[in-house]
Amino acid sequence: MRLLLLSAMAIFAGAIVAAQPAKLIADESIISASNPATLSAFGFFGGTPDRPAGALIPYQLNTPLFSDYADKQRFIYLPAGTKISAAADGRLNFPVGAALIKSFGYPAGDGKLQVIETRLLLHRAEGWVALPYVWRKDGSDADLRVGGTRLAVSFTKPDGAHMDISYAVPNKNQCKQCHVSGDQVVPIGPIWQNMRFMLDADRRRILQDNPALAKLPAEAIWNDTKSGTLEQRAHVYLRVNCGHCHAPKGSASNSGLFLDGSAKDLSAYGIGKRPVAAGRASGDMDFIVESGKPARSILINRMKSVDPGIAMPELGRAASHDEGVKLLEEWIASMPPSAAH
Amino acid sequence: MRMRKIAIASAALCALVQPLIAKTIPVAPGDGAQERLQEALISAVPGDVVELAAGKFVLTDGLSLDVNKVTLKGQGAKETVLDFSGQQGAGEGLLVTSDDVILRDFAVENSKGDGIKSKGADRIVYHKLRVEWTGGPKESNGAYGVYPVESKDVLVDSVIVRGASDAGIYVGQSRNIIVRDSIVTENVAGIEIENSYDADVYDNIATHNTGGVLIFDLPNLPQMGGKNVRVFDNIIVDNMTPNFAPKGNIVANVPTGTGVMVMANRNVEIFDNVLGENGTTNIMVVGYRFEHKDPTYDPLPQNVVIWDNQHGRAGWDPKFRGGAEIAAAMGGSFPAIFWDGAGGPSKAPIVMDTVPALSLGLTDIKADPTTAQPGPLAAATSRPAALPAIKMPEAMEAAVR
Repeated sequence: MRLLLLSAMAIFAGAIVAAQPAKLIADESIISASNPATLSAFGFFGGTPDRPAGALIPYQLNTPLFSDYADKQRFIYLPAGTKISAAADGRLNFPVGAALIKSFGYPAGDGKLQVIETRLLLHRAEGWVALPYVWRKDGSDADLRVGGTRLAVSFTKPDGAHMDISYAVPNKNQCKQCHVSGDQVVPIGPIWQNMRFMLDADRRRILQDNPALAKLPAEAIWNDTKSGTLEQRAHVYLRVNCGHCHAPKGSASNSGLFLDGSAKDLSAYGIGKRPVAAGRASGDMDFIVESGKPARSILINRMKSVDPGIAMPELGRAASHDEGVKLLEEWIASMPPSAAH
Repeated sequence: MRMRKIAIASAALCALVQPLIAKTIPVAPGDGAQERLQEALISAVPGDVVELAAGKFVLTDGLSLDVNKVTLKGQGAKETVLDFSGQQGAGEGLLVTSDDVILRDFAVENSKGDGIKSKGADRIVYHKLRVEWTGGPKESNGAYGVYPVESKDVLVDSVIVRGASDAGIYVGQSRNIIVRDSIVTENVAGIEIENSYDADVYDNIATHNTGGVLIFDLPNLPQMGGKNVRVFDNIIVDNMTPNFAPKGNIVANVPTGTGVMVMANRNVEIFDNVLGENGTTNIMVVGYRFEHKDPTYDPLPQNVVIWDNQHGRAGWDPKFRGGAEIAAAMGGSFPAIFWDGAGGPSKAPIVMDTVPALSLGLTDIKADPTTAQPGPLAAATSRPAALPAIKMPEAMEAAVR
């Protein structure tokens, strides 16, 4: 069991050394109204961020949200005796007392992941709460920083280019900005079709509790050309990277641009749609997406920019996602040019 | 299980025993202003006042407020400055997403995107604020100065906005709105009410913008059918700043030298304003003439009523396609009021001002402006019953009294 975990970790997460033996998670820290000042109060990690408690369920996303090329380690915590349920569309529902844990970092010189921050989504009786914890330099613990912070970070992009960026740890409100639906904070990532579990036992346990999940069709993976058509891959990329705000109940509801899968016509997908409140981000272009013309599409212009007045998404974008831009450029270029808009 | 029940109960108890007396959280400029101010805005509880000291707060990121019933106040629009010149993230300077918030007595300078945005923030008060891009009109300035959207009960009172590359004061997809006693200058649009219902715009000064006051309705948005807007007792003069909006924006199409522009709205009243020195025209009523594929959208303006405005000089340099030709045919100048003719005579604005008004006769919403068949728009002798005045909840009026 331990070996399997180790090898899975090596494949998917690289730097996690080993799960800690069953350690008590402080359930009351999750559901209590007061927010612990330090991450150690929860017991999710055995000291350093590379030592997740054995009770955590590690998972990855096939198509992840881009965040300045940071590597992410994701975990689910379920209180003893509770279960995950699932909606018909594959979205997982977690019981009160559950936590979603996500660490962000970059590889250090030795290739080991250096974790900067760990963000928590805690499911309390009154709803989900999002909290950012920033790791101390010595890795001994992480401190709650509700006001967020900025840190200088250096890393190498997949194309080999060296990057120095000002990495932004979001403040508590910014956590909510992405996670809000109506008035509620909700998880974004855990949709069954987009998840990959390091431990097959975890996957099987959830399937056992929710047999209908097995019948859901596989979803395209943004960077795997065999996984789906160009359009399917573009759509899943847009849903994961844009759809949390660009949704009828999301932070960008007023834009009328809906990338969460709810779009009922081309216009709501941005195709042939004029900007509303884009300001200078329109960059002298007429449409969010101009069929056949990525260079004339505001969506591409905003994805390429790192200017806060232009860049989309608005958060976690000190760098632009070259590979994601390329995918969407190909998608737009593949559309027949339309004279109608 | 029993443990958890106890924990939940004690959590609920904690919530109940939170201090009920409102407190003031002071925040001073200086080192760590970003995190200190943001933490104050997060730790505030309903009823609290976050009070900014005088001086310049040098900020690196957008700020946000998500707690109901919080007042954020400074020491004055000159004295307390939130400086976003070095902003590295977020689409606006300050974002408000909670209800019953009062913003007053401070300034926002040089934000990279919008100045102050409030979204889904009902009963918000903007009072004695200044939002400014201090370099004056530039395409690189942020889009909107004051930007309430998707909100009910919006009061903008005694606000100054300068330099917005879109609209100085922009109210979008909202209802029950008052914009008054404010000054908008050197913006592309001074004040814009867009896709909104029930708005009063009065006692404002709009000058040196590209267009003074815009009342617009646009397609493909969650809230459409903009209606019931009164524009009165404003001074809307000398809006001759060349349009500096990036192309693609709807306001990039506003002709330089526009006083009031109504596009595709219903039930708009324009009265008792002082208008003049607007080179294109003082009042323009037009349809939405771009391609769109929204069957639920009505591109035609209707029930626009214009009376008792004072008109100074207008129309000597109309800046829209075909405008110069029409002006030449009319003896060199364009009239102070014109309608594009969208929808034909039944949609004609009711004009009771004493200046000549013109129809361009572009009945077909898809017609090219260069095919205009201008003709006089006859003055009306009566007008329909007036729209009711907009009223804010008393607590909002009390906040600015």
